[in-house]
Amino acid sequence: MGIFDYFKSKSAPSSASVAKDRLQIIVAHERSKRHQPDYLPQMQQEIIDVIRKYVNIGSEDVQIQLDNTDDCSVLELNVTLPEQN
Amino acid sequence: MNLLGDMELAKIIVVTSGKGGVGKTTSSAAIGTGIALKGHKTVIIDFDVGLRNLDLIMGCERRVVYDFVNVINKEATLSQTLIKDKRTKNLFILPASQTRDKDALTIEGVQEVLEELSKEFDYIICDSPAGIEKGAQMALYFADAAIVVTNPEVSSVRDSDRILGILQSKSKRAEDGKAPIEEHLLLTRYHPGRVASGEMLSVSDVEDILAIPLLGVIPESEAVLKASNQGTPVILDTESEAGLAYMDAVDRLMGEERPLRFLEIQKKGFIKRLLGG
Repeated sequence: MGIFDYFKSKSAPSSASVAKDRLQIIVAHERSKRHQPDYLPQMQQEIIDVIRKYVNIGSEDVQIQLDNTDDCSVLELNVTLPEQN
Repeated sequence: MNLLGDMELAKIIVVTSGKGGVGKTTSSAAIGTGIALKGHKTVIIDFDVGLRNLDLIMGCERRVVYDFVNVINKEATLSQTLIKDKRTKNLFILPASQTRDKDALTIEGVQEVLEELSKEFDYIICDSPAGIEKGAQMALYFADAAIVVTNPEVSSVRDSDRILGILQSKSKRAEDGKAPIEEHLLLTRYHPGRVASGEMLSVSDVEDILAIPLLGVIPESEAVLKASNQGTPVILDTESEAGLAYMDAVDRLMGEERPLRFLEIQKKGFIKRLLGG
């Protein structure tokens, strides 16, 4: 550690550490999708279409996640409904 | 060499990366040559149908008569097609076809060729094309081990992770429920000076993200371009850091312990380091 590190730490983080942070996030995200069944995106779209018949939501208002534990899979559906006026 | 005769099968190693231009062919040529130098009968197969380049890197482009697709289509025998390396004993090259037909390679055809090669060779190195499509999947399908060539750069690391996913799910070993493909990380074009100044991902950064065992680190080196200009695998340049680093990687692949080297910046950087630059 050199004496200039004190000043450096106050400035922006190095580009390498930005790269590492970005990679860790995207790689974790892509790994979690890796074991998803192929039908999931289409199923997600169809669920959105059904909800849209009744409530006006955007596709980003629906989060679908499939978690696999030892011997069962949990499909988690999270829908953010618009505020009622 | 094989006391068990045909019972002992060759070890199939795929050199892959997802991303193009990271050094797959350079590494295939260097590692294949290194294994042969250790006395193992080795063949390097170019799987890049339509974009044959291993022959140029190995300096045997003018000796190509038949190719991989000719063998699969039974237009030529293996012994007619294999090119014996002129410099290194025990080393052979199986060139890719220049056909534009993407479907020239079939799983059955590749399997047949690998089985035949397996009887005669100790090591089969499969030089994968870039991408994650059929060609790359064909190159890794029958592998026992994979060398994932990665540059310390975001797109290369991400693509390496994707190819690891494919190795774990779409290989024959995965489909048959056998022991998974051995995975090895080979970090190439490494620039210790830029790592020290925080402009490049370090070895441990890449290891943290990909979480697979490290086979070696090849420093960025002028010797690599010089070697490819001349059609000589860089591992034969024992004056160069890249050549020596490849030899270390081959030793580790054979199970020997070799400390990492060439990861420090040159001595002139001492004062700079003292000041934290």
